[in-house]
Amino acid sequence: MFTDFLYLLRDYGMKTSLNEWNSLLDALELNLNNASLLEFYYMSRAILVKKESDYDKFDQAFFAYFKRMEETDSFPQQLKNWLKKAIAATPFNKEEVDSIWGKMTLEEIRKLMEQRLKEQHEAHNGGTKWVGTGGQTAFGHFGYAPKGIRVLGEGHNRSALKIAEERNFRDFRNDDVLQIRQFQVALRKLRLLSNKDDAPKTELDIDATIEETSKQAGLLKIVMNRPRKNQTKLLLLMDSGGSMWSYADLCSRLFKAVQESTQLKDLKTFYFHNCPYDELFKAPSCRWQDRVKTQWILHNIKPEYKVIIVGDASMGPSELLEVDGNIDYYHGNAKSGLAWLREFKRKYPAIIWLNPLHYKLWDDYFSAKTLRIIKSEFSMYPLTVSGLEDGIRELLKKSI
Amino acid sequence: MLQFQGTEDYIASEGLIRSVNIAAALQKPLLIKGEPGTGKTMLAESIAKNFGMDLFIWSIKSTTKAQDGLYVYDTVQRLYDSQFGTAGVDDIAKYIRLGKLGEAFKQTQKSILLIDEIDKADLEFPNDLLWELDKMEFYIPETGETVKALERPIVIITSNAEKELPDAFLRRCIFHYIAFPDQDMMRQIVKAHYPDMEQKLITYALEVFYKLRNIPGMSKKPGTSEFLDWLQALVIGGIAPESLARELPYAGVLLKKTEDLHLAGL
Repeated sequence: MFTDFLYLLRDYGMKTSLNEWNSLLDALELNLNNASLLEFYYMSRAILVKKESDYDKFDQAFFAYFKRMEETDSFPQQLKNWLKKAIAATPFNKEEVDSIWGKMTLEEIRKLMEQRLKEQHEAHNGGTKWVGTGGQTAFGHFGYAPKGIRVLGEGHNRSALKIAEERNFRDFRNDDVLQIRQFQVALRKLRLLSNKDDAPKTELDIDATIEETSKQAGLLKIVMNRPRKNQTKLLLLMDSGGSMWSYADLCSRLFKAVQESTQLKDLKTFYFHNCPYDELFKAPSCRWQDRVKTQWILHNIKPEYKVIIVGDASMGPSELLEVDGNIDYYHGNAKSGLAWLREFKRKYPAIIWLNPLHYKLWDDYFSAKTLRIIKSEFSMYPLTVSGLEDGIRELLKKSI
Repeated sequence: MLQFQGTEDYIASEGLIRSVNIAAALQKPLLIKGEPGTGKTMLAESIAKNFGMDLFIWSIKSTTKAQDGLYVYDTVQRLYDSQFGTAGVDDIAKYIRLGKLGEAFKQTQKSILLIDEIDKADLEFPNDLLWELDKMEFYIPETGETVKALERPIVIITSNAEKELPDAFLRRCIFHYIAFPDQDMMRQIVKAHYPDMEQKLITYALEVFYKLRNIPGMSKKPGTSEFLDWLQALVIGGIAPESLARELPYAGVLLKKTEDLHLAGL
């Protein structure tokens, strides 16, 4: 068994499961036409690797594992069997072959081959006399004979290792590939199905059809309806810059997931630095020219929007509690950050706060004070997949 | 055993050929990913041609549902027909129309089924097809019929990598990523498409093309199909190969975005 290869792959960070592993073992039971380590390399890669960013991990693991196998000539038995089986495409008597060819010296074989090559005028595969592939003479390749001359195809074992060593897919290696799918799946739950929309009427409304048809005493009247669509509108407010840099990756994952979730009817995103004040920003850089009046947002974005605020809620207490406490010295604020937050809370009944800070640090972090205040005002969840799920459940409860 | 080798007009890399053959031997769907313009869709056509099999293409759109590929029951038509007493209205089967998957299952000969651009559909779409692709059968409750593949079709699935596909789905597929062809490979591809094209023009054009692709920050890198179109434009326009070193005629064929044209210094 070479189950240790499976574990090595997993050590290299691949998520290979038993499912794929069994497929590979099934494939080894098959009689694929050619069998060589190169063939095995391509086969196992096609079966075990599921995304291009994993090719490189596979190459490294493959090289590490089979390099050792080759050096110590300790290929796993199953692989050996497969190599042997596929080679023996035509049935033959091993002992007989051994007895004929094993007795000859290499020099004799070479002479015989030259002679045969002269006699042979066509390609030949599988047999006991001619030069070709898959046969049992001592010449040709992919064949079986205890001794022999390989005409072509030498180095197949080595070339698999060479390919793996080349690591052609190194550029695809991306250990922090954004795993946004899980977030997207969670976001799907944020839906409010309704058919109040302007899509074409393509669905048969059975109840209405029966009703209308009955009214006409059985004269058929078909009623069509619009398919139900998600009506959820989302307002996303994200803290950007400063202490949030450490979570930039996590936040951009969430942002991408939200942005790509096509089922939302509308999405509006604004940014703030540490805490929302009189102005919010249209871009994460929070530049002054991208500003939007917070009052305008509160006025124009309807209360049916669900609101997710993303931020670490960590700042100096004055930034949250005081007029002109804004960290941006040149732009004061007429109302404290907390007052603005309360405005949002008043306007939007469905509002949650997602905190990228690990929840175990919520209490003993340096700015636990502001975090505690904000947490007492908002339902706060950690920015994790399960935190997002909990938060969405909360948002749905408070729907209007 | 069937052995795919690539066809005259489709140059496949060694790895791709092997993946196709492994998928066919293991009877598992083959998932092909790659940059746009690397010939993912063409592959299925080429396999069909190589094996001499019928090809069923199911193009996925954002509104496609898994059910559409199996069958559609035209209730409304049946209701209308019932009103006028059209013959055969009591036969539900008359109103069941098989989708592409269903058609492929019904073939008596082995066929090829291409599920094109699966990532375009809804997030859960691939999961809705797990059973059907695993067992190669589905049940039609209206008629009580089970459609089971007589000959398991060879299933090719393409994805542009716009969305990550669910793990459960991936586990059932053989995966192959088509890397962008290198210069030698591209030369072969050009040769397959335009056998008589002047070598010198190809050499110069290849040079320019790969230089363009390597400009960092390109938002939409030109692909194989753009390159082939461009070559044709160069021939039609009678452009001298040497002049490519100095200028970039018909740049709009290669680069489709204004930012990219700026990046290329145009």
